[in-house]
Amino acid sequence: MQDRRLAEADRLRLIVVLLTAFFACLFYAATAVLVAGLAVKMLGYARTPAPLKIPTTPAPATRGGVVLRILREVTLFASLFGANKWIWLFGWIFHVALALVLLRHLRYFTQPVWGVVEIAQPFGVYAGFAMLAGLAGLWARRFLVERIRYISTYSDHLMLALLAAIAASGLAMKYLSHTDIVALKAFMLGLMAFDWQPLPAHPVLLVHLALVAALMAVFPASKLLHAPGVFFSPGLNQADDSRERRHVTRWAQG
Amino acid sequence: MAAPDVLAPALKQYPVIPILQRGAMAASKPYAASDKMNEALGFPGKLVDDWQAKAIGKMGELLGKYRSFKVYLDACVHCGACTDKCHYFLGTGDPKNMPVARQDLVRKVYRRYFTLAGKVFPKLVGAEDLTESVLDDWYKYFNQCSECRRCSVYCPYGIDTAEITMAAKEIMDSIGMGQKYTNEIIGKVHKLGNNLGLPGPALRNTLETMEEEVKEDTGLDVRFPVDEQGAEVLVVVPSADFFAEPHVYSLIGYAKVFHAAGIRWTFSSHASEAGNFGLFIGNYEQMRKIAVRVREAALELGVKRIVVGECGHAWRVAYSFWNTLIGPFDWLDARYPVPQHICELTYDLIRRGAIQFDREKNDHRVVTFHDSCNVARGSGMGGIPGGQFILPREIIRAACNHFHDMAPETIRQHTFCCGGGGGLLTDELLDLRVKGALPRMEALKQVVDAYGVNFMAAICAICKAQFSKVLPYYKFDMEMIGGVHQLVGDAIRLGRND
Repeated sequence: MQDRRLAEADRLRLIVVLLTAFFACLFYAATAVLVAGLAVKMLGYARTPAPLKIPTTPAPATRGGVVLRILREVTLFASLFGANKWIWLFGWIFHVALALVLLRHLRYFTQPVWGVVEIAQPFGVYAGFAMLAGLAGLWARRFLVERIRYISTYSDHLMLALLAAIAASGLAMKYLSHTDIVALKAFMLGLMAFDWQPLPAHPVLLVHLALVAALMAVFPASKLLHAPGVFFSPGLNQADDSRERRHVTRWAQG
Repeated sequence: MAAPDVLAPALKQYPVIPILQRGAMAASKPYAASDKMNEALGFPGKLVDDWQAKAIGKMGELLGKYRSFKVYLDACVHCGACTDKCHYFLGTGDPKNMPVARQDLVRKVYRRYFTLAGKVFPKLVGAEDLTESVLDDWYKYFNQCSECRRCSVYCPYGIDTAEITMAAKEIMDSIGMGQKYTNEIIGKVHKLGNNLGLPGPALRNTLETMEEEVKEDTGLDVRFPVDEQGAEVLVVVPSADFFAEPHVYSLIGYAKVFHAAGIRWTFSSHASEAGNFGLFIGNYEQMRKIAVRVREAALELGVKRIVVGECGHAWRVAYSFWNTLIGPFDWLDARYPVPQHICELTYDLIRRGAIQFDREKNDHRVVTFHDSCNVARGSGMGGIPGGQFILPREIIRAACNHFHDMAPETIRQHTFCCGGGGGLLTDELLDLRVKGALPRMEALKQVVDAYGVNFMAAICAICKAQFSKVLPYYKFDMEMIGGVHQLVGDAIRLGRND
């Protein structure tokens, strides 16, 4: 009887060790793909010349103005607001909620937890729901609005599914099936210090983590490149000063 | 080939986003350039044998040369913000005229050959081989984009479909799929100095006739000089200004402004064209070659300033690109912007009190102003934010008593293309041009009904030619369209001001 229980415990320990190793490797790999992929992409953008001045109207005349313009675009989605209020509403809610959720999750990666992360904790929970609501709205448009249905690809739907599944599994752990977050934090801190700690073998958590790793891995090979792309867009990051400053790039010598 | 059926859509009281009509414009395409026209520009005469490999190779080359092309192909998330912004979509309902769908014609090929996801899971990410039918779609639908950049104003990433269209045209030219209208015209510029193929003697002749006509009209010797050494200002205008109506009235307006202000100026027979169709086909080298004539002419004539007439895309090239293409301009008078738009020059003279108007001479007109896309979204004026919107309106107000703007969502940076820009101003595309003018016609109808507007001023030769042609399809008088300097010319005080 006792032997069997011991054997059971051994098997569980083995499972935890294997899971821990698997997810540790998964996250190292996903992080490597994310960082290296983004670095390659962004270096590529940076190294490709923009031979002509093509700022999108209304363009600021100075570089300071350009910084403000891009800030306005990435925080308020100003152009999108002018284009379509529904897409703006759902898209903005989703992104702000995502930012809050990410901020909240920093508590798993920092010890002691930063003050701002602590402040964000209660908001982060509501943000999880807001994230889902935003995604639902964006997804509904892909079915309901004929024009957007026409331009949607399978990967557009899959990306929404992936993000929604991440949000839903996260909320499930908060409200339906708790996991051992102390052990999870130890695992995450251990990962970062290359000192592996056991990962709780909680099914919802495992799903959540696997999906996040998948998101990280596809980031540099998908439309998520809009995140770095917005900073490299010549339409947004050029100043309207073509008459004042001569703009000459590598291959396009006048 | 038979002339296409031209169907003008009905004007609606309020603009409505159309229901998708797949393939509605699948029959629309411009004539192909002849072997000779293509070869004159250094392109293959006709479709090359290994066109697929060549096209992919060219795409790779452009991805390394233009950051816009590279970033814009990656950054789109298919959010749909641009889907109802293109005048050609609004006028035709063809889904491939939605900016994002137009871009996707190239993007799907980019994904297939240049991205991991597209190589491994083409179906999943909407990647496609460059087949004959895809290439056919390119030729049709990139010749249904006027490169007006309206979509870019609304894109959260500033994605500019014009950049994609230009790249597609550049790729097509490189495999021998040139478009007749643009390539023939570029050939004429190189050969004769202007888009219309007007030789030097004919130009001189035309301008002499104009001097006589203005003399008859005003009793004054308003001059239209060509190739005058030592003039202070070189004026480059779209060649349509030399003899097409209503363009020529603006030309008379420019001459009267110079006359009234006492500025010595000249045209050049070497650079008798401001237009630069190198922009439309996205070819940097052609654009530079066409632009450099202006630099040569200015140096040869020893002028101190270069002024550009009423031409939309020419002003974009001049304002945004000349400094890069043919600068620096340190040999010109630094007290004036280089280059200077005719509206900047006139506005400056008005503010200094150097020219005056008898506005009542325009009292038979109720005027509105059509912002031309390349001026509105590709340039500036007066060194002030929104100057390209403010200056022409201020000039109109100085010269006319009755002015009313069209609806705010259809003017300034939101302006709708006339429907004929980007190298599409050719008769075989008339159906497209008429349909593409729909949003502007709807906005015009509103001010016609509300204020009795009977004159729409513009500062673009393509807009003027296009509207002259399409206004009648919407039951407007074709003479409603004219230039800002036409209004100036009709009301300016000449001779002694006392």
